[in-house]
Amino acid sequence: MLDFLQMILSGIAVGSSYALMGMAMVLIYKTSEVPNFAQGEMGLLCAYFTYMLLDGFGVALEIAIPLTLAVAFALGAVLEFAVLRRAKNPSVLSMIVITIGMEMVLLGLVSWKFGADQKTLPFPISPYDSVALGDIYISSLELLTLGIALMLMIGLFIFLRTTRLGMAMKATQQNFNAAKLMGIRTHRIMMLTWGISAVVGCIAALLIAPTIMHPYMMWDPLLKGFAAAVMGGMTSLPGAIAAAYLLGIIENLFGGYVSIEFKAVVAFAIIVLILCVKPSGLFARHYVKKV
Amino acid sequence: MDLKQHYYEDVSLFSSATIVFWFTALALFLALFPLVVKNYYIYLANYIAINIIIVLGLNLLVGFTGQISLGHAGFVAIGAYGTIILMTKVHLPFLPALLAAALIAALFGFLLGLPALRLEGPYLSIATLGFGLTITQIIGRMDLFGGREGLHAPALTIGAWHLDTDVDFYYLLIPLTGLLTLAARNLTRTQVGRAFIAIRDADIAAETMGVNLLYYKTLAFSVSAFYAGIGGGMYAFVLRFVEPEIFTLMMSIMFLAMVVVGGLGSIMGAIAGATLLSWLDLQLRNILDIPYLGDWLTALSQSYFSITGVSNIQFIVFGMIMILIMLFEPLGIYGIWLRTKIYWRTWPF
Repeated sequence: MLDFLQMILSGIAVGSSYALMGMAMVLIYKTSEVPNFAQGEMGLLCAYFTYMLLDGFGVALEIAIPLTLAVAFALGAVLEFAVLRRAKNPSVLSMIVITIGMEMVLLGLVSWKFGADQKTLPFPISPYDSVALGDIYISSLELLTLGIALMLMIGLFIFLRTTRLGMAMKATQQNFNAAKLMGIRTHRIMMLTWGISAVVGCIAALLIAPTIMHPYMMWDPLLKGFAAAVMGGMTSLPGAIAAAYLLGIIENLFGGYVSIEFKAVVAFAIIVLILCVKPSGLFARHYVKKV
Repeated sequence: MDLKQHYYEDVSLFSSATIVFWFTALALFLALFPLVVKNYYIYLANYIAINIIIVLGLNLLVGFTGQISLGHAGFVAIGAYGTIILMTKVHLPFLPALLAAALIAALFGFLLGLPALRLEGPYLSIATLGFGLTITQIIGRMDLFGGREGLHAPALTIGAWHLDTDVDFYYLLIPLTGLLTLAARNLTRTQVGRAFIAIRDADIAAETMGVNLLYYKTLAFSVSAFYAGIGGGMYAFVLRFVEPEIFTLMMSIMFLAMVVVGGLGSIMGAIAGATLLSWLDLQLRNILDIPYLGDWLTALSQSYFSITGVSNIQFIVFGMIMILIMLFEPLGIYGIWLRTKIYWRTWPF
């Protein structure tokens, strides 16, 4: 029983980073129908930027983190403005190819600059300290990830529901042309969405970086976050979050009780099974395309 | 300009005598090529030929049928491992083993095609991506497949012909590539190819016109996987060694990049894209040896970047090519070729 609870707790902790990545992808997909494969590498670039500030220039952490978040926002907005908006033929396939292209460019830049070896981010909270909750343990970094993920979720929820900007984003998601006619600067909203989403992805990367930091560190979180977003229906923020935690928990239980070797791929098997039954994910309304 | 007077002109294999001439010239060139060049270029030609086979199959799926696959490395792995294991454990001769492995890949393609019937866009991409990753994981964890250490390819004989040099492989691969190209071309100019194109353009409309989606979508996946299986089987012998680390997501992305750069929905485009990117891939692996550019890059790396990571420039180059092609020429090299042709045909107007 104790093992079981421990696995569930670790699953929730892992699920938090998937949830952050999934949220970032859903935010972009909702406004622009782009499955953003570059999300992970955008975060990667920001994590290495922090590393450079902290390790190379000796900037204090309190300054480095806000600076990185600002850079992340700018990176997202610039990529949308300079690349995505220029696409001539915005079909799903060409969007996937463009974002994969951006992913490769960013990955190439980071690994050219920093090499492929493991780095350590000088972060005040070590991933090796743990906190006891009764008889089960959680590392303090995981606790921080969980807390930040929850705060971001609530923050984004309130932001999208209540503020003017959030309403404008929702309007753009629902109907791009109608929103434009209502006087919303839809292109600017797109840029903002990319910026916000890049910040969310950057936070995920910063929370992963203290444990593992090499150029491929974001692949697994990105793919699992994407899997969670798809499982949740690609357009539903709460759906993606719920699916991310579900994936994290299932993965850990599978690793504990069935086979530790295939833990990494069980998520995709589940995804394929779920998509066979519910082709639009668990939490989205099935959308029937017109001819 | 291109006035067609008969239906058969639209589906004919060669549209004019000039094209027949150029294809004959190409065939002669390919036949004599190994006699005049160094061994490295023959290896390069083999590598390109294998990629052409795989990319032809992927183009049938992505370019003609409009389905996304980010897991093609999985099919290539099945072909590679299947051929080796059928030869070493079951003791089949090479050609039946290659064919059987490709058919196994096609079976997996059929199975992956089934969920694809209901999926599209990001949903399909994550399903195929998951398939590719799962295959690599399974191969890496099972002793039958040599685990992490990989497998060595056995000696290759067809009848009395012992293939052990790159030139031998070349003379096996080039006719095979030609045959598969012809097969793909023939497939696209028959009813099947038209059904694929109809599904790509509007699957619901195609279904109401009597195209059986279940049949044609799974057929597209199977044929595509078959090509990847053949390519994978040959890959194992040209590399002489396979390990799970080869068949990564990056490999699938490279194949997709070749399709997109060459031109979606065009046989010639697939060949051009595979040739260009495979050549670039091998060139960029030792980028610092290129005259002038290499020295400049060394200096640049030493002052702003790191010299150890310089090989990663190839990711930047490929990524930039993918983005630029998609932004400025969505039909790829084939689109550029078409526009040049039309420009010169109507020149000076």
